[in-house]
Amino acid sequence: MTFIQVWLLPIALLVTSTVVAFPLSRYMAWIMDGKYRPPGVFRWFEQRLDSGGQNWKQYLFSLLTFNTLMFVFGFLVLALQPYTPLNPRGLTMLAPSTILSSVVSFMTNTDLQHYSGDQHLSNFSQIFFGIFNLFLSAAIGLAALTAIIRALRSDSSVGNFFVDIWRVLVYMFVPAALIFGLIFITQGSPMTFQTSHDVTTVEAGAMGTTDTGEAKTQTVIVGPVAAFESMKMLGTNGGGFYGMNSAHPFENPTGLSNFFNTLAMMVFPFALVFMFGRMLNRFRHSLVIFVVMFIMMAGTIGWSVYFDTLKPNPGLTGQAVEQKFEVPSAASPGGKLTVSMPAVASLPVEQHQGNLEGKEMRFGVSAGATFDALTTDVTCGAVNAEEDSLNPVAALAPLAGMWLNCVYGGKGVGMINMLTFIIVGIFIAGMMVGRTPEYLGKKIGAREVTFAMIAILVHPVLILLPTGLFAATSWGLAAISNPGAHGFTQILYQFSSATANNGSAFDGLGVTYGFWNAASPGPSAVAFDIAAALSMLFGRFLPIVAPMAMAASLGAKKSSPFGLGTLRDDSVTFGFLLFGTVIIIAGLLFLPVAVLGPVAEHFGPMPFGG
Amino acid sequence: MSTEVRDFKIPVGEARPGSEQPVRRVKARKLLEKETVTVALKQALVMLRPDLQWNNPVMFVVLVGAVLTLLYIVEAALGGSTSQVSISYFIALDVWLFLTVIFANFATALAEARGKAQAESLKKARHDTVAYRLTAKGAVEEVSSADLKQGDRVVVKAGQAIPGDGEIIEGIASVDESAITGESAPVIREAGGDRSGVTGGTVVLSDRIVVEITSSAGESFLDRMIALVEGAIRQRSPNEIALTLVLSAFTLVFLIVVIPLLPMARNAELYMQSYLGVSEPVKSLGTDVPTLIALIVCLIPTTIGALLAAIGIAGMDRALQANIIAKSGKAVELAGDIDVVLLDKTGTITIGNRNATTFLPVGKYSASDVGRLAALASAADATPEGKSIVQLFEKDSHAPVDVSPEAKFIPFTAQTRMSGIDLPDGKQIRKGAPDAIIKFIGGNGGNVPTELSSLVTSVASQGATPLAVADGPNIAGLVVLEDILKPHMAERFERLRKMGLRTVMITGDNPLTAATIAKRAGVDDFLAEATPETKLAYIKKEQMGGKLVAMMGDGTNDAPALAQADVALAMNAGTQAAKEAANMVDLDSDPTKLIEVVEVGKQLLVTRGALTTFSVANDVAKYFAIIPALFAGTLPWLKVIDVMHLHSPTSAILSCVIFNALIIPALIPVALKGVRYRPLGADALLLRNMLIWGLGGVLLPFIGIKLIDVVMTALHLAS
Repeated sequence: MTFIQVWLLPIALLVTSTVVAFPLSRYMAWIMDGKYRPPGVFRWFEQRLDSGGQNWKQYLFSLLTFNTLMFVFGFLVLALQPYTPLNPRGLTMLAPSTILSSVVSFMTNTDLQHYSGDQHLSNFSQIFFGIFNLFLSAAIGLAALTAIIRALRSDSSVGNFFVDIWRVLVYMFVPAALIFGLIFITQGSPMTFQTSHDVTTVEAGAMGTTDTGEAKTQTVIVGPVAAFESMKMLGTNGGGFYGMNSAHPFENPTGLSNFFNTLAMMVFPFALVFMFGRMLNRFRHSLVIFVVMFIMMAGTIGWSVYFDTLKPNPGLTGQAVEQKFEVPSAASPGGKLTVSMPAVASLPVEQHQGNLEGKEMRFGVSAGATFDALTTDVTCGAVNAEEDSLNPVAALAPLAGMWLNCVYGGKGVGMINMLTFIIVGIFIAGMMVGRTPEYLGKKIGAREVTFAMIAILVHPVLILLPTGLFAATSWGLAAISNPGAHGFTQILYQFSSATANNGSAFDGLGVTYGFWNAASPGPSAVAFDIAAALSMLFGRFLPIVAPMAMAASLGAKKSSPFGLGTLRDDSVTFGFLLFGTVIIIAGLLFLPVAVLGPVAEHFGPMPFGG
Repeated sequence: MSTEVRDFKIPVGEARPGSEQPVRRVKARKLLEKETVTVALKQALVMLRPDLQWNNPVMFVVLVGAVLTLLYIVEAALGGSTSQVSISYFIALDVWLFLTVIFANFATALAEARGKAQAESLKKARHDTVAYRLTAKGAVEEVSSADLKQGDRVVVKAGQAIPGDGEIIEGIASVDESAITGESAPVIREAGGDRSGVTGGTVVLSDRIVVEITSSAGESFLDRMIALVEGAIRQRSPNEIALTLVLSAFTLVFLIVVIPLLPMARNAELYMQSYLGVSEPVKSLGTDVPTLIALIVCLIPTTIGALLAAIGIAGMDRALQANIIAKSGKAVELAGDIDVVLLDKTGTITIGNRNATTFLPVGKYSASDVGRLAALASAADATPEGKSIVQLFEKDSHAPVDVSPEAKFIPFTAQTRMSGIDLPDGKQIRKGAPDAIIKFIGGNGGNVPTELSSLVTSVASQGATPLAVADGPNIAGLVVLEDILKPHMAERFERLRKMGLRTVMITGDNPLTAATIAKRAGVDDFLAEATPETKLAYIKKEQMGGKLVAMMGDGTNDAPALAQADVALAMNAGTQAAKEAANMVDLDSDPTKLIEVVEVGKQLLVTRGALTTFSVANDVAKYFAIIPALFAGTLPWLKVIDVMHLHSPTSAILSCVIFNALIIPALIPVALKGVRYRPLGADALLLRNMLIWGLGGVLLPFIGIKLIDVVMTALHLAS
């Protein structure tokens, strides 16, 4: 493999997203600041929509009420699937717990799917549950960030929730989705109200034969895939039309579509950071934040590509020498047991292109590893390669993206999460300049730092507690597909993905119940449905509510001018401070589970050896 | 001629001896005195009482952990434990957990004890004395100082102690204030003006004064100071409260990190049991409750939690050592945030009075002629200006002023605005404001030299004051009177500037003079022709812009501005009104003290930030020691992340706990003395401190834990 083959894709993606972010952020700030003049019909509607400026509590109330309505609507659409049109296959209702987890999942921009879109949803559900939420949930996060920015700059009101949603949808998402949707159509993505085609396979009998000996036809599911796909990526939603997600040839047909697929999830998160700076009139500050995020993103991509594309699959290379360890024996105090990691012969597999298991080679050698790291950094959750098949340590990259949850992050919320790290970092380390810590000239007091800590605290609570609970009980042990560290990682990944509102899955975990009348549902699917729904709900709204209160409290303070003794928020030193804060805090929270999962698997015995 | 004038150099004035009070630490004590240590040790044990320990949430969690471990040991001793490790490990663990709490309490108690020791020494100055109270009829009655009320007037003579705080309303005296300031040189206090305040407990050395008592017994400054020092622990500043909340949140975070480790370790045990294919359960330290408690204690920010209270008390203590009484700890902390400092020109930037620095001749006169004539005219002038003229002449000519005994002195009057001497030969020598002298020689039929007016303008434009000298009907020349800058002021202002503070000089001078002095002294701005109203307006204007303003003052007319300023430092020698309006009082009455207060405030915050950063950064190394130890029985291949190569799982955990405990007493000196504040600018300072306390905090425990492990192994204490 040449350098170009491996690194061209990630570099091209990072450079393109960065270049696009400059003008796009200017446009977004212009829209969100309401400086545009809406075209005729829109103006009339916008004036009706604008119920006036809201304070932060009213804004939050609108946001939460709106989400409640989305929840009810989504639940009804899925529950009524047997009775709604566009369902020629006659799909029945999903299990209630699966409906709960799916509705919460799409409402919270998570899109963790305990179902398979092509098998379980009709086109009506795909449109009115799926696409509906893909647009709205992303808009809500962006609106929340805008309100927080307005609170920080001490505006008289934090804006109007409904107008903000409208602006995001109409002036940002719809045009962008049209552009990307058309690109996907040119590459071969279906865009139709048809549901399925029964086709004869090229190789006769590839799908098996009927009792009478005739070759079975293959049922190919189609639908409004291009529309679904563009917003799935642009809104960093990640929930696929097909269970295979972006690895499916209709969602992501070609290498070129893969480039745009990946780019689509990056453009808005990148631009949002600059939008933050432009709206606060502190562009240089946002540039420092951008660089810190960029370095972390480059780090996760580099890590996953290095350990997955440039390293062979350790399960195939084997282990030359037996290794022995002594562990204390519980049966005889002071006694020792010997644990052996036996020698395993390598398999005769050509591995010079790295770990190929679970990869779509039409995208290129490093596309899977790049996509897997990116998808959690920007909290998208789409996948174009099997995460479960990543080399053990390579899986640390997508996990880290969810644990940090601020490497650009999802629509708006990534930047909001970064804001809480900024506040805590400035509060602790910023004292070392010898002044009461200030952010944007406002003194950080007990109230602000408490809200910031709550927002940070929510994350480990919702990831670690359920992971511990499921890891030690039959709920988790019955669902995992591998014993030991790999199975642990599957559970850990599930709750990391739910809490970070990411939605990607470390497959292999039996979480699918399927239809309500399913013959053999996943043994602990109900427990996973409910636990994941709770993680997603609290993981979504507490990190919006607490920072909003924090920003409002900070914005209400008097601003003091910048002086020589003031901590600069646009310097390289500040970049170090921020980087250190994020890495150390997140590191301290998740290092133990990182070790128990991917690291233990990496150093542990060959999966086929024991 | 004009070029000559432009060339004349303004000499850097030497301060008069005694006028500049050197920065001193009279009461600076050794860090650890045997007495205070004993008191602190006892108090450290008393503070283990749960209701007292509750004041420190982080250490409360440690105490709960230590008690739980104790219960576990009792259970194990009774045979109820199934752990694979020996009971001596649990005992060692528990001893160190208790020691962690005790070390923390000791740090707080030590800071308190040092403060109290200081209060005690102050109390000694406050013994009851006999007071001589003036009755309404003017008679003098003997009363106890404890019976004095506000408004009483007492007479104090040489050798007597002043019975209470008050203001001199009659007389002048030299006062020994060493009891409160530690400075043995006596100070002059006099009625009227801004040096009329006296403090109870100080001793009058000469003369007789009448003092009006301004605070009743028990409410004096000394009383307040003692109350303050003793009460320091109970009042936390806003920043300290916020930090306590953050530390509590971190404690909660690490509880959340560690508690799920128990079921996760159970998962690993089940895995290893099936991997080995054995029937008996596999046990690891990961499901061992005391070990998990130890992990929690190691991870929660115990270092800063232990030292936080001590840092705050020590900050107050440092202010007190600089002889500054802050009315609250908040005021000291606020001083670190100051953006603008208002400084009085007179007494702060310049020494009190103007001094003669140069004699400038005109016409046929020489400089030494002017000097001799001016000295003659000033021979009987007792004002500082007059004295300085004589001194300058004597210094230049190395000869005393020769005054004939028959000469007649003409004193200064407000009408003539000049003074001088009539020599026996009838010659009239005068010195005074140039316009007054011109009028005088005009009356004597003399001529005004043409160059005089340009010379006068030139001197005035340099911020100096010209005095003209008349020799009969002729003008001999000018005496240049200048404000003498205190030494090293420019460096101090530069230091303030680097700290991010803007210095503003307040003066009653005209803007031209003020601008010159401001430039020479190196202040950033000046407020000329200042009145109490303009000072107040200036402070309000700065505060409107979001700035915090500090000001010093001593006069009653400063009181409104002092009350408005965010940090106001009053001179102890100043009037009662000024002291009441201020939130800090300087016992030394040294106006440059404000700089030290600002530094104490900044040091306080730097120390808190540094130790918090250090405390959190320490956790990284502890993970590398503890995680492989927890899973040594179930995931033995994790030994590779044990980069310190520790002896055994139990010695790894014990080493961490011991390091975690020992770092507290090791950092007590830092907490009490404070991390040095360096005026490097915020960015450079932050980078420096992040490297020392952040990066250092990450690296140091790797070394420390390894060392402890090596020592334990060498002493055969590790199993």
